[in-house]
Amino acid sequence: MTSATRRVVLVGNPNTGKSTLFGVLSGLSVRTANYPGVTIEKKVGRLADARCEVELVDLPGTYSLSPRSPDEWVAVEVLTGELPGEPDAELIVCVVNATLLRRNLFLVSQLLELGKPVVIALNMIDSARSRGLEIDCERLSANLGVPVFPVSASRREGIEELKAGILQALDQARDFAPQKPLPKRFYDLCDEFSGDLSGLTRQPQAVAAGIEPAEGIPSRYLLERAILDRGGEAERQLKRQFGVPGAERLEAVRTRIESQLGPLSDVECDHRYAWAKRQTEGVLGAAGNAIHGPTERLDAVLIHRVWGLLIFAALMFVIFQFIYAWSGIPMAAIEAAQDFVSDRVQSAMPPGTLRSLIVDGVIAGVGSVVIFLPQIAMLFLFLAILEDCGYMARAAFLVDRMMGLFGLSGKSFLPLMSSFACAVPGVMATRVIENRRDRFATILIAPFMSCSARLPVYLLMISAFVPAISIAGGLISLSGVVLMAMYFVGVVVAIPTAWLLKRTLLRGEPAPFVLELPEYKVPDLKTVLHRVWEACKAFVIRAGTLIFAASVVIWATAYWPADHTRRHELERMIEASADGEGEQVAAWEAELKRVSAAALEGSVLGQVGHAIEPLVRPLGWDWKIGVGAIASFPAREVIIATLGTVYSMGGDVDEESEGLISAIREARWPDGRPVYNLAVALSIMVFFALCAQCVSTLLVIRRETNSWRWPILSFVYMTALAYIGALVTYQVTIRLVS
Amino acid sequence: MLTLDQLRPGEVGQIVRIEGVDGISCRLREMGFVPGESVQFLTTAPLGDPLKCMIQGSRIALRGSEARRVLLAEPISQAAPLAQKAPGLAPRLSTTGP
Repeated sequence: MTSATRRVVLVGNPNTGKSTLFGVLSGLSVRTANYPGVTIEKKVGRLADARCEVELVDLPGTYSLSPRSPDEWVAVEVLTGELPGEPDAELIVCVVNATLLRRNLFLVSQLLELGKPVVIALNMIDSARSRGLEIDCERLSANLGVPVFPVSASRREGIEELKAGILQALDQARDFAPQKPLPKRFYDLCDEFSGDLSGLTRQPQAVAAGIEPAEGIPSRYLLERAILDRGGEAERQLKRQFGVPGAERLEAVRTRIESQLGPLSDVECDHRYAWAKRQTEGVLGAAGNAIHGPTERLDAVLIHRVWGLLIFAALMFVIFQFIYAWSGIPMAAIEAAQDFVSDRVQSAMPPGTLRSLIVDGVIAGVGSVVIFLPQIAMLFLFLAILEDCGYMARAAFLVDRMMGLFGLSGKSFLPLMSSFACAVPGVMATRVIENRRDRFATILIAPFMSCSARLPVYLLMISAFVPAISIAGGLISLSGVVLMAMYFVGVVVAIPTAWLLKRTLLRGEPAPFVLELPEYKVPDLKTVLHRVWEACKAFVIRAGTLIFAASVVIWATAYWPADHTRRHELERMIEASADGEGEQVAAWEAELKRVSAAALEGSVLGQVGHAIEPLVRPLGWDWKIGVGAIASFPAREVIIATLGTVYSMGGDVDEESEGLISAIREARWPDGRPVYNLAVALSIMVFFALCAQCVSTLLVIRRETNSWRWPILSFVYMTALAYIGALVTYQVTIRLVS
Repeated sequence: MLTLDQLRPGEVGQIVRIEGVDGISCRLREMGFVPGESVQFLTTAPLGDPLKCMIQGSRIALRGSEARRVLLAEPISQAAPLAQKAPGLAPRLSTTGP
């Protein structure tokens, strides 16, 4: 036995209980990362209680190894061991759904062609047995030529045997002859094609970019994919590597195969399913295709045209309530804890730059990361439960038609709906969308959904500037209508945006909706909790650090280069005064507010606000609103505190502060005209509705897309749209009202 | 020719061919839609699309546009072999609730 870490890769169709099995096999030792350049998650665990170091890698569920996107290509390369920088997989464990054996064998037949040892975990054996489906595992193992272990991951049955089988298969590491389920003639033509290619010189740019493995000719399996998958990723890679001559030879070999073996698209399926049929001969008992009763009965209600929709709406309402309203309780607790720590620091340290850094930079920065955790945990709790019990696919089924409006599928519904509470968990939830282009389009429009951080801005502007007109005996008020309109603005803009994205940057062949509706089952508690834990951990470690860094940088731009001597002196005097009451203290506090406002004006942030005034004048804004808008790029809700500071009200204001409302009502231009009016208020609200003013969202987009390109794009186009939207709103309203 | 989306709930058809060579047709084949297999139409979503069917023992949802690629021989009958163990094809609300 070698001391080096040995790698085992877990693959399987979706809905085979693969995640649960992965969790059971690897315990809590899971690390997640992304493969370079693609969005598929790399989940690595350690085989618990193993005699040697065994690394278990979980690949996303897939029906086949026919890559049609760069993401799927990487998954295949992990299996073939051709991914640069990744250790070679020594063993493949294929998770097979015992109740759908024949269809699952399609993937098995492809795995057996890779020439690597394979172990089959025949999962959900308990549900197969409970519906009278008998499977002769020994016979199946003999037919396939690989070990087969019946397991039930959810009941933790057969796990020890499977583990022992995996270790034994690793010990016996031997050359494994690839199986050949397709006709012999096909493999002969494949070899000839390989010979043809070796005579070609590789494209210089491919050599320069170091695209392919050193030996030049792709492995046999990838060549086979290039031939079989018209328009697939293997074909694209081959053409990139061998250019036009390669493409010509590819067409030539396809023509020969079609003339000898029939249509290309049928060659693979016909033979693989025929192979699967042969393997299962005498393996499956009589009740092979029984429909499971409870699932049909549940579906009769859950996807019923009336009850189904009602139950769906009720469920969504509950989830939304949880993340929008009820997660407010833990969030308030986090804020209270943050205030408590800040107070402690303030009483322990004298006023000064260091204290300001710790309180307004560090503690506020940590707070701005932790504050998202309740919403993320709640959303992922529901997501994991719905996914694990089988309802998620039904939800997509119910609303797919509606989401067609966005050019997206039903799978985008829940992530978008969650984004109305907060885009951060919403963007993270797009992981349920397996099609990359649909997923990215959903990620890019999610920040348009009006999140809870925009509400204070709307409320402040509406209470200060929207006339209190109501009709229908007070049932419908103008304020309410304006608030609702703000929620609609984002959706109205998101629809054409998604449409445009799908036709430009995210162009490609239409994504299949084709979706398996699995059997309903009781969700596995451990799998569910593990998913919640992973989501929170991933957010804190991989987005949280950047969010924290951004908070500190923003603090610095609002602090320097202004002179804070007088401010800290005043703070010292106020804190030193024993009772904190009296005329003298009140005067100091008033001066402190003025000094703070002056300091903000003198800081980098304030200077930028002044510098961009010509740019925001067409929106009806003065430099103070400009500063507020810029200060709230890290997080929208900051605008209230910033406006409080610039209007010398202090930073401790909220959207209901009478002082702040009257201060902005009384704000004047130098010539005496009021700064704010209805048009300005609407223009500010529209700007906040459309702008990507949330560093956390942008950094989560960066994490989920694994590239800086998409957050930068989001930021640029949303800011541009926000500016144009605010401009049009102001110019139109000012003409209508005056 | 008859296509999957034209069946009525409960009807079974035998697949003759899948149209196309793109990603959608590949996915259909991988999920068991191959010539010779029987497919049973179960129901449509509340808004009329997608539809739900049963093939090789698994329930698959697919859009009408995708179902139109599944070409069938004439429907066999309502009481086809696949349906005999399906007790709840017509909505029966009284028996089970969530």
